Amino acid sequence: MPMIEIRDISKWYGSFQVLTDCTTNVEKGEVIVVCGPSGSGKSTLIKAVNALEPIQKGDIFVDGIKVNDPKTNLPKLRARVGMVFQHFELFPHLKVRENLSLAQVKVLGRRQSEADARGLKYLERVGLSDHKDKFPGQLSGGQQQRVAIARALSMDPICMLFDEPTSALDPEMINEVLDVMVQLAKDGMTMMVVTHEMGFANKVANRVIFMDSGRIVEDASKTDFFGKPRSERAQQFLAKILHH
Amino acid sequence: MLGQFDFGVIARNLPYLLKVGMTFTLTLTALVVVGGVIFGTLLAMMRLSSFRPLSIVATAYINLMRSVPLVLVIFWFYFLVPYIGAWIIGASTPVKVGAFLSSVITFTMFEAAYYAEIMRAGIQSIPRGQVWAGYALGLNYWQTMGKIVLPQAFRNMVPILLTQTIVMFQDTSLVYVLSITDFLGAASKVAERDGRLVEMYLFVALVYFIMCIAGSYLVRRLQRRVAIIH
Repeated sequence: MPMIEIRDISKWYGSFQVLTDCTTNVEKGEVIVVCGPSGSGKSTLIKAVNALEPIQKGDIFVDGIKVNDPKTNLPKLRARVGMVFQHFELFPHLKVRENLSLAQVKVLGRRQSEADARGLKYLERVGLSDHKDKFPGQLSGGQQQRVAIARALSMDPICMLFDEPTSALDPEMINEVLDVMVQLAKDGMTMMVVTHEMGFANKVANRVIFMDSGRIVEDASKTDFFGKPRSERAQQFLAKILHH
Repeated sequence: MLGQFDFGVIARNLPYLLKVGMTFTLTLTALVVVGGVIFGTLLAMMRLSSFRPLSIVATAYINLMRSVPLVLVIFWFYFLVPYIGAWIIGASTPVKVGAFLSSVITFTMFEAAYYAEIMRAGIQSIPRGQVWAGYALGLNYWQTMGKIVLPQAFRNMVPILLTQTIVMFQDTSLVYVLSITDFLGAASKVAERDGRLVEMYLFVALVYFIMCIAGSYLVRRLQRRVAIIH
């Protein structure tokens, strides 16, 4: 059974179709990179996986649980799926430490001391334990994104979703975030990553999905994708972003 | 010319003015701020709800309250509610609500409509991603609202909420239509009894002026302290 199974999904905003019959799987332990031009539906696709974006057609299963079933306990399911956003989305009114422990206490019912200890463990793992008493606004973008990753990890997720985790960062901060993600991938985390960082894809991805105008145009192993993409659209895209 | 005025009347009646009058005004203001902000926040959440009936009811209520003069609402509530209450519980005589309770409820209901619009703007000022982040961590609607959206919305809106409260503090003087002895009512009673209208009304105006100016100054100070670092 795949960790994430996306089966023939479509989504419309009014009469505008943003996703058209998308189908793909993410197996346990796999790292999947989703790329494509802006407006191609990558972010919508990844947000559909934990039902932040509802879909109108098709089915999505995470760990065998149907996401788009109205009877599914969404908070319970989402608590098991970590998500990292383009704009970090740390809670600016809470200290780093509180950002890490809030959902552990409220959702998983952990004691505050236990939640703090676990949050701190992951904060150390992303190299930021000195900053636990700061507010997010006092950290750089790269540091904030690492805290966001630690926040997701402290919920002990079964898989992680990354929605353009480095595209809002200054160039010199991209690598510190990618390093954390590479390490995570090497530790065997199941990851679905929307990104244009082809270096990251080349290093750790098992498969690369290329999207264009709401469709999955290419779903290939890393070597096939970088070697000889089948679709002309993907070739053009790669030529453009790997130009320099 | 000032010789014909007797400003000693103020000093002589100060204990009465403050103990009875100002105490009532401040108690009413405090109760209405708390009740109005809570009810107003709920109205704002209803208005922003994706469940249409809730949003329609809240919008209609807010628009109604904001397009009717406060004096009218005070009248309606004071004179009609005893009958409506009696009709609801099936009593044969009008229910006694009392001037104080009546004024608290009326002002809360009225001010809630204004607080609701402020809180709505506050909630809408929080980026969508914050809500997504809350949901993605497994928080439900109430937890996301209570722990993430509302605390930030509230902080962003503190200056405007307090400014509205200062306006409301002045508006509480309208309870004179119910013959309640608030600060203005107390002063007015003394003024009529002693024939010192000019002195008393000048004094009342001065007190309201000083309290509101001080309030605005505190709002500006507070604004800097509660600001969230972004």
